[in-house]
Parts: sequence; structure tokens; C-alpha cells
Amino acid sequence: MSDTHYTTSHEYIRVDGGEGIIGITDYAQAQLGDVVFVDLPPIGKSLSKGTEAATVESVKAAAEVNAPVSGTVVEVNGALADTPALVNEDPSGEGWFVKIKLADTSELATLMDENAYREFLKTVS
Amino acid sequence: MSERQPAIPEAAAASDLARTPLYDLHVALGARMVGFAGYAMPVQYSSGIISEHLHTRAQAGLFDVSHMGQAILMGPQASRRLERLVPGDIETLAPGRMRYTQLLDAQGHILDDLMVTRLPDEGGCQCLFLVVNAATKRDDFAHLAAELPGCDLKIFEDRALLALQGPMAAEVLSRHLPSAAGRVVAMPSMSATSLAWNDINLNISRSGYTGEDGFEISIPVAAAQAFTQKLLAEPVVRAIGLGARDSLRLEAGLCLYGHDIDQTTNPVEAGLLWSISKRRREQGGFFGYEHIKRAIEQGPTRRRAGFLLEGKAPAREGADIAKLEGKLIGRLTSGGFAPSLGRPVAMGYVDAASAAPGTQVSLMVRGNPLAAKIVPMPFVPHHYFRGA
Repeated sequence: MSDTHYTTSHEYIRVDGGEGIIGITDYAQAQLGDVVFVDLPPIGKSLSKGTEAATVESVKAAAEVNAPVSGTVVEVNGALADTPALVNEDPSGEGWFVKIKLADTSELATLMDENAYREFLKTVS
Repeated sequence: MSERQPAIPEAAAASDLARTPLYDLHVALGARMVGFAGYAMPVQYSSGIISEHLHTRAQAGLFDVSHMGQAILMGPQASRRLERLVPGDIETLAPGRMRYTQLLDAQGHILDDLMVTRLPDEGGCQCLFLVVNAATKRDDFAHLAAELPGCDLKIFEDRALLALQGPMAAEVLSRHLPSAAGRVVAMPSMSATSLAWNDINLNISRSGYTGEDGFEISIPVAAAQAFTQKLLAEPVVRAIGLGARDSLRLEAGLCLYGHDIDQTTNPVEAGLLWSISKRRREQGGFFGYEHIKRAIEQGPTRRRAGFLLEGKAPAREGADIAKLEGKLIGRLTSGGFAPSLGRPVAMGYVDAASAAPGTQVSLMVRGNPLAAKIVPMPFVPHHYFRGA
């Protein structure tokens, strides 16, 4: 059983057990445009909620992907090194960034569920 | 996700932004509109910047550049008078020819860069068509009016400006101007002419900002949308946004005002000496001449250089440039992914002693050194029309 939580800065974390996969939403990838490079953190790095988990470079700009909750990096998406465009093509699937082991699952309560995020999007576009 | 250092800054409030005559068309085409120089402009359409960029290099791209300033400077000896403000050779510019030059201040720094086209004389007066940057147009026109009281400056608020760029631009444009098709196709690079489309007067020049063959078309606002739609109905023509305009000009090694050149740089260190003729270098008679002359004679202390990065991570404007041993030698003024090369490139200023092509440098991005070397520009060869 997995569930997905969203930030107001358009990251998601899909939680399964004590681990979560972090990526950016379809809205975020569209705002960013063609992604040409992704800078991923080393495995074992400890991330605090709201700090930089990855840097994503599009043709237009660089952007920070922030950790929706605190945790330790257990895996990164190596496929992005050769195919950064996966972030555009499949942001909620193949275009994920990092997998973390959650430090404190109670932090998830500060995030939006899918319905709330969809409502939130109506207020920003 | 939070964007930092956007290449094209977004304006605070969309309601404060001016609109070009093609605004509704951009929105209908699915453009993402951003604030640029006070205008709501398309940064990209739905297919994205890389696709738009590659399409322009392969076929033809249509750009709305109506935010730029257009004016006619008219008066007895307007060419000679304008030469006091710019280092370019305007006096020898024949009717129907155009030239790239810069407005300089008393220190020889660049107030703006511009295109000057000599139109046919009118009533014994010389007429020069000027196209200047959007962000600086107000200041430019005030400067021209104040410094050239003997001339009449007519600012066009009622004309749009389009750029049709790419290897198929000439063929497409000539099809829509059948009575002058041969003339359009044969126009030399950096020439201009006046043509009628459905009784509408178009001022067309063979010029652009992409490194490709192409045209810039000044057209009355009332006809701009219809003409644009005619061109966009051609299968080989696509609308191209500011994002690809920036990546195309970067690959072509062309300066972006406010970034690669500004009020702290002079044309010599910017690598624009080619735009100052021998006569003007010797005779001077323009603002900042003593400074320019000294920079030519002694060599500039820094030079604009191009950088090819070894890895895939781009380096952007503001990144420090260091020698391999760590000594800082300059800063990037432009940088990003070059779609035609599939890798990042950049330009910036370095100490003149370290500006030789082949020099290995580090570009500092988020504290990490990215390996790069200085290369000659353009990064992608120009394909200007050199005659049939």
C-alpha cells in the first residue's frame, strides 16, 4: 500500500512502508520545460524537510527540488544521468529523483493529499 | 521545487505587462507567457524550447519581436550626425543596407546595441531605420532626441516586428510575396527593402539573431496577426518563443544586451571591434572614442570568451571562472544548454592574458568546479545568405 503526498512547491513523495520516492509533479515539469541535467545527492546523505534534495537544470533555468519530509537517501535514479528528459516524460513514474528512508513519518501530516494538491493547483495557474 | 536564477525573469504582476499585437495569437497557440522587458512574451509553446530550437535550425521559426523599439531618424546628414553616438560606419551605409553598431557613453561603455538600416532619402533628408532593445528603448530614444536636435526621431508604436529564421525562411517568405519573390530570395545578408503584401507596406531586412539565414519584417499592427497566421499555416514554419531565441543566439555567439554587454563593457573587450571600421577607428568623433582608442592600442584588460563544458551540467550567468590552479579570472555572462550541440556552452569575460582558445578553466557552480575550455565562437557555424 503506497500513498502520495504533495508540497506547495510541487514536489511529491510516494510513501511505501518506511521509505518514500521523491519527484516533481507534472505541473512542475511543465513550468520548468525541457530538463537537460539533474544533480542528485550521494546515497547516505541526510536531508531535512524543506532542504535541497536535488538540483534540476532545464534549458531555461536551474531549480531546487526540496525534500518534502526529512530522511536519509537510500537510492537515486541513475537513469536520469543519461536521460534527464524522463523528468518531463514521466515525472510521477520513471522520472523520480531520490528514494529516502523517512526520519519521522508524522511530518507527512504537513503535506497535501492528491485531492488537496489538485485544488491547490487551481489557485496557482 | 524553486527556480533560481531564471534566464528569463518573470515579472511581478501580469496586469502591469504590455502586450504585443500578437498576444492573443500566442495564447491561442498555447504559449507560456512571461514578463520580459515590461511585455508579456511567449517563452515557449507546447513543444518546448529544445524542439523549437532544433526546428529553427532545420526549417523555419517565426518569432514575435514586437517588444523591440523601432524608429526612423531623419534629417539632413542624419548618417553623419548619428556617427557621434555610435562607432559604426553609418556615413558609408548605402540606401538598402544595414549595419550592427552600439550606442556608447562618454566612457565608451555600451548603452545599447542596435541595427541601423539606411532607407531611401526623402525630400533631401537621409532616413535611418533603427531597431533597439526593448528594455532600453525609452532611454535610447531619449538619448537620440537629446543628442541629435537637428534630426527628427519618429518612434513607431504602430508597427509589429517579426523574425522568420532558418534555412527555409527565404523560400517560405518569397511564396507569400509572389510579385517580389525573386527579389526576396536574392536579398543579400544585411540588406533591406520595402515590399507590399495585400497593399500593406512591409519593411523587410535579411537579418536576425539566430545565426541562421532569415528575415526581420516590420509590419503595421493592423496587419500583423493576419500575416503571422499566413506564415504559420506553412507546414515548415513554427512559432518560436524567447527561450529558443536565447539558446539560438548563444550558440551563434551573439551578445545579449544587459548580460554579455552593458554599461560596464566596451565593444573592444566584448569582441565587437569588427563592427568598428578602419575609418572610424582612425578618425573617431564618437562618444568614448579616447577610451576605445586606448583599448585598441593597448589591448583590453579582459575579453569576452566562449566556453565549451566537458560534462552535462550547465553553468549559467554569474558563475565564477577560475584557472585550474584556482585563480579567479572572470565571470560568466551567459550560459546554458546548447540544443544543437547536445551539451552546455557559456560565454563570459576573462583576464586578457587567459583568454586564448584551448585554455582549460573551471566554472564554479554551486561550489563545484565544472571543467571547460575556451573555444572560438560561434559555437554553431553561422549560415547567413552569401548569395546564390
